[in-house]
Amino acid sequence: MTDHILRMRGITKSFPGVQALRDVNLSVRRGEIHAICGENGAGKSTLMKVLSGVYPYGSYTGEILFDGEECRFSGIRDSERRGIVIIHQELALCPQLSIAENIFLGNERATRGLIDWNRTNHEAGLLLERVGLHENPVTPVSELGVGKQQLVEIAKALAKRVRLLILDEPTAALNDDDSAHLLDLLRGLREDGITCVIISHKLNEVTAIADSITILRDGQVIETLDTAKDEVTEDRIIAGMVGRDLTQRFPPRANRPRPGTGAEALRIEDWTVHDPTRGRPVLSGVNLTLRRGEIVGLAGLMGAGRTELAMSVFGRAYGTRISGRLYKDGRPIEVRTVRDAIRHGIAYATEDRKRYGLNLIEDIKRNISAAALGKLARRGWVDDNEEYRVADGFRRDLNIKAPSVLAVTGQLSGGNQQKVVLAKWMFTDADVLILDEPTRGIDVGAKYEIYTIINRLADEGKAILVISSELPELLGLCDRIYALSAGRITGEVTREEATQERLMQFMTATTSSGT
Amino acid sequence: MTSISSPDAAVGGAERRSPEPRRPARLPRLSLNLRQSGIYVAFAAIVVFFAVITDGALLQPQNISNIIVQNSYILILAIGMILIIIAGHIDLSVGSVVAVTGAIAAVLMVNHDVPWPLAVLITLVAGGLIGAWQGYWVAYFGIPAFIVTLAGMLLFRALTLTVLGNQGIGPFPDEVRTLANGFTDGYLGNVGLGPLGGADLVSLLVGAAVIAGMFVTQWRARTGRLRYGQQVEPLPLFLLRLALAAAVIAFVVVQLARFRNLPWVLILLFALVLGYSLFTNRAVAGRQIYAIGGNLQAAVLSGVKVKAIVFWLFVNMGVLSALAGIIFAGRLNQAGPTAGNAFELDAIAAAFIGGAAVQGGVGKVVGAVTGGLIMGVINNGMSLIGAPSERVMLVKGAVLLAAVAFDVWTKRRAATAVR
Repeated sequence: MTDHILRMRGITKSFPGVQALRDVNLSVRRGEIHAICGENGAGKSTLMKVLSGVYPYGSYTGEILFDGEECRFSGIRDSERRGIVIIHQELALCPQLSIAENIFLGNERATRGLIDWNRTNHEAGLLLERVGLHENPVTPVSELGVGKQQLVEIAKALAKRVRLLILDEPTAALNDDDSAHLLDLLRGLREDGITCVIISHKLNEVTAIADSITILRDGQVIETLDTAKDEVTEDRIIAGMVGRDLTQRFPPRANRPRPGTGAEALRIEDWTVHDPTRGRPVLSGVNLTLRRGEIVGLAGLMGAGRTELAMSVFGRAYGTRISGRLYKDGRPIEVRTVRDAIRHGIAYATEDRKRYGLNLIEDIKRNISAAALGKLARRGWVDDNEEYRVADGFRRDLNIKAPSVLAVTGQLSGGNQQKVVLAKWMFTDADVLILDEPTRGIDVGAKYEIYTIINRLADEGKAILVISSELPELLGLCDRIYALSAGRITGEVTREEATQERLMQFMTATTSSGT
Repeated sequence: MTSISSPDAAVGGAERRSPEPRRPARLPRLSLNLRQSGIYVAFAAIVVFFAVITDGALLQPQNISNIIVQNSYILILAIGMILIIIAGHIDLSVGSVVAVTGAIAAVLMVNHDVPWPLAVLITLVAGGLIGAWQGYWVAYFGIPAFIVTLAGMLLFRALTLTVLGNQGIGPFPDEVRTLANGFTDGYLGNVGLGPLGGADLVSLLVGAAVIAGMFVTQWRARTGRLRYGQQVEPLPLFLLRLALAAAVIAFVVVQLARFRNLPWVLILLFALVLGYSLFTNRAVAGRQIYAIGGNLQAAVLSGVKVKAIVFWLFVNMGVLSALAGIIFAGRLNQAGPTAGNAFELDAIAAAFIGGAAVQGGVGKVVGAVTGGLIMGVINNGMSLIGAPSERVMLVKGAVLLAAVAFDVWTKRRAATAVR
């Protein structure tokens, strides 16, 4: 009999009108790394919320056995007392507080109600060492990158004497370097006897690190794989997740242009941008050309300046002391505001659609029209019916899954939200589309649809720049790929020449380890 | 609503589950509609309640007229305020701006004998400049509106005292008093309405025209939507809704026609509500206010001129405050140093009772005006039954809290319906 630290039996959880989990059984062995895979909406996060007491006992049916004892958590503090700690996808740190304060938040090192700062900072230092983060504990968290913040979260969990650590999409926002570091750390924790449950979309990481993999679909467990015994491949996991064989992750593209043949759409020359708060250059002397009918990739590690490049070109939405030249269809253009950019046919779909891309409390219709409302107006008055017709056209065309365009975008799944963002920019009649992480946080099936749309836009003669942290995505989608490292273009490869190794070399070229 | 046991149970319009979220729209839409329409139901309930406990005194011709005239300036402020709140800001200075613009108008008309139309124009421009001052700090300098207008509240109160030299100035010319307090003339005389007695013909005709206009525009909107293949509410429901609205309008107009015809401020209010509703629903700039309040960053990255729009919203608020200032001073026939005290609170409360969301991005002009009327009816009804002012305050506070609690509750319910 194997030693299970956790057994969840017959977990069923309903929301009004939806059954999120149906008779789910999950057994986690002591000291293993257990991955949970599934498409968005499959019930992964719900299951973890049940486990951690976010959904208290009584709001679900079934039982949770932790260390063989039945647990009836009434809240997250309850589960934490038992050593179950969850780290959510959206990090829950207070940016203005120091690392040490964050680590011991709600768990303060205090004597008689007064915080012992020496002890706090000293113990924080020890924990930081353990997670391999070389920072001063008094540094405010806001000065750290996402990767380091993730480590602070783990240190925070360790401070609570964690025994079962749950990580929800821990590497979604991390670049490959930081991800690798994080995975190493998890392996280290495993040796210390800490059990990990990790939810991830990144299947290569899952297969690399997990001891067991549980696949969820539509709120039910499809199967649990043991990587020591079963033959585990990414394709097998995907097949389990989507319930069908996804023979190809990328749609075929019939008429790929030969490199360098399309008409030039946008040329960026000697583009230099400075950080608005610290004043140091984030991009220096970048040259980049986009051609019609071509999908161009932009690879780079976190902090290389990918988003900064896109946003500074898009009407100087980022950066100060910007210098350089822009050419549209061969002619020099001045782009000083976002409106200028839109007028010149440039579109930018942000990497964070919820924070920067969509008005989540508004319906699909009004989100699609938001960037080109003038097109629907006569003398300043918007034609509601025309707006509906346009939006409904996009809904059908892009297969946005919603009962009607009057559905609120905040209620849509990630893939459908992304389609709304794409529709919004398609409606501006842009012929240069910069898509920043177009498939982040989107499930496999929806990714395929997004790729299909991108292909179609290119076939229509638009120039497309795709920014992505996932190299396989760039390799599968793009005709040509630029690599950006520390604010400089360090390489440019065609589809044929491109390999992950080659790109990684460019992406890490001249990168100083820095702060 | 608690969780249900079977996914197929048809509760709250729940759909059968399917792997891709087909479920989203129905439930939240229902609560959204509740959020927007609940206010009218609440208003009707409050009116009926006070009509009953005052033995119908609430709905007497003179009292209806009083409610409108006494609350007109708050309603005007509420219109400007809801726009600012939709954009995610706030204006705490409107009470002081009412005072200072009233004082400016008084000094011009009473002390300097400036002809009243010119004086009104100058006062409105002054209000606009005050709004521009605050709009600059909020939109272009980036100081939170709460702070800017809190400072404005003190600044413009100080300015009021300076302009007035610490004393009330009056009386105002008749025309201004008529605008604030007066009624349309009976140009066509009276007609008999049987047991109801005589009523002003012009008022009745205006009322009939408003009802007819409402029917025509609503019908055209409906057929327009049908032509585009959109869903519309079932015809009987549509007609019932219109008939109800028509009945309310007819009742109010008949009562007013029996008393002293239509108050001028009612006509002014009607024009403002119509104009601003059209602006927020249909104008490009008006629609962009919602985009700004809904997600500021997304609006910026969609090319919305956020700074300019916020700036002009404050200018607009200043002009409307000046209008309210003139009407308030005209009604009292004097501009006083304490004029407009706590008006900002009534205007803000009206907006939130009327369905504005605390975070911005949601709200309607008609809702804000209804919210203002709810408070007006509570004020009026409670004074009719002789309740002391502390109890009126208590009830108003409770209503405000309940309205916002309702808003937060519907939002939370919508949020938990997903995943």
